[in-house]
Amino acid sequence: MKPRGRLHPYLMLAPTGALLAVFFLYPLALAAYRSLFSWDLLTPPRYVGLANYDALLRSGELGGAIVRTLVYAGVVVIASMAIGLALAVTLNRPGRVYAFVRGAVFSAYVVSWVAVALLWMWILDADAGLLSTGLRALGLPTTAWLGDPRTALIALAGVSVWKITGYAMVVFLAGLQDIPRSLHEAAALDGAGPWRRFVHVTWPLLRPSAAFVGTTSLILSFQAFDVVRVMTQGGPVRSTTIFVYAIYEQVFMNLRVGRASALTVVFFTLLLALTGVQLWAFRLAAKGTPGEARRGPR
Amino acid sequence: MARADTGPSRTPFTWGRLASTAVLVLVAILWLGPYAWMTLTSLRTLPEIVAAPAYPFPRTFQLGAYREVLEAIPVARYLLNTVVMAGLIATLQIALALPAGYALAKLHFTGKRAAFGLVMACLLIPAQVTFVPVYTMLGALGLVNTLGALVLPFGVSALGTFLVRQALLSVPDEVIEAARMDGASEVYIIYGVLGPMLRPTLAALFLFSFVFHYNDYFWPLIMTTDDHVRTLPLAVALLREQGTGVRWHIVMAGNVILSLPVLAVFAAAQRHILRAVTARG
Repeated sequence: MKPRGRLHPYLMLAPTGALLAVFFLYPLALAAYRSLFSWDLLTPPRYVGLANYDALLRSGELGGAIVRTLVYAGVVVIASMAIGLALAVTLNRPGRVYAFVRGAVFSAYVVSWVAVALLWMWILDADAGLLSTGLRALGLPTTAWLGDPRTALIALAGVSVWKITGYAMVVFLAGLQDIPRSLHEAAALDGAGPWRRFVHVTWPLLRPSAAFVGTTSLILSFQAFDVVRVMTQGGPVRSTTIFVYAIYEQVFMNLRVGRASALTVVFFTLLLALTGVQLWAFRLAAKGTPGEARRGPR
Repeated sequence: MARADTGPSRTPFTWGRLASTAVLVLVAILWLGPYAWMTLTSLRTLPEIVAAPAYPFPRTFQLGAYREVLEAIPVARYLLNTVVMAGLIATLQIALALPAGYALAKLHFTGKRAAFGLVMACLLIPAQVTFVPVYTMLGALGLVNTLGALVLPFGVSALGTFLVRQALLSVPDEVIEAARMDGASEVYIIYGVLGPMLRPTLAALFLFSFVFHYNDYFWPLIMTTDDHVRTLPLAVALLREQGTGVRWHIVMAGNVILSLPVLAVFAAAQRHILRAVTARG
């Protein structure tokens, strides 16, 4: 449509454009620029070239942060998708009880990360926690789940799985609603049992949902911070220092804005790469979807 | 919650029904158990917890932990801060997304593709990428520890703008033409005609944004150190660090206070929140 006044569209977009420029684009450019400086927030910044990147690589901090983030995100995404899919398929039934239980699972996704993290710290408490007490009562060995470098990252991932499985479940449920019942009936008439119907009818039609859940929760897991800050503060012995926490630590504990900026630049590059993976997964999933039920990721 | 009247549920497989009942019970324990544990712990006293940490039931329901939370932190103040912050963010996002979405969906002008490209590009830039430079920017302007530092960076939601634009694409041009014919101003068309037409989308966006920012820990942690702007999640997280030893009944009481409003909103508006979650992107 023709705007009434020549300037109208620009006025309508001005506040949005201004805020996006000030709080999204400019900071990104600023981070790239600052990554070339050494700055402690107190004395004036000093130009150091690529020394920040070099130090991050050499010290192993960058590699460590990437590996830990990949392990955390990998566990979270795979486990929450697998459990979410299983729950969606089994709980996709009419009735109030089923609706209530679906709501209960999803409610964890809605509650604050702080509340979830504190609740699980109490459950995972080495001495008095429910898990340790239960294991001891059964005569099984237990450990300080959050205080042991071998288990802390996996414990955080487990808590995150508990929190976001409801998200995967809900997206899969929405995907299940879109599958025409006639397809299942036709497959049942052909003598296909529940498992074969799942493999040949349900799963192919759920692939767009799976691509959507998998990639969005992967990107969100890369951005995890709250759960680390509340539960372990990156420890013990840095075993839970995942990417965003590493950036935070550089600014607020080490007062190294240059290092933090260099980490930010690498982090943004990783997120862009993940978005590339996302687009590729969407295309692949759409290609694999048979017939008329083909549709974009929701 | 999503309707559940399709799929294989009609076929009466006895073992299938048995398995799904078993799953139902297990899931209820795994997801409702922790909430129950949190609530029951908050109703106990410290000596009880020390004596038998894993015994779930309080001897009598004690509200002492809640009293201690209220004494330790100004809960009402923090709750107000949090609700004002989240409410302002959600309102601002919708108020700005409507005109921007209208221009992007309905009007022809030079630079439209670039403007749309800008919004889409910003979808890829989360707060975790911008917080270091934004913190130094706001610090230089003396805005750290203000409501502005909490609200302005989230005043525009790239996702919200995109979703409002998508919703407006399906509104016929005739609606706008008719309103113009009637002499309505563009401002009235945006907020008085199109806004009400988009109510389901806007309600979903508002709730999703409100709940997200009510819960947010990351941004307020970075941008505030001062009591008068701090938010409830920060205060509850601090309960664990305060005092001697960890008094879990107090921390869990704080947790109940923090979670209850969100769970109430969720129970009342599940449909809207689900729409926001499943229709994202």
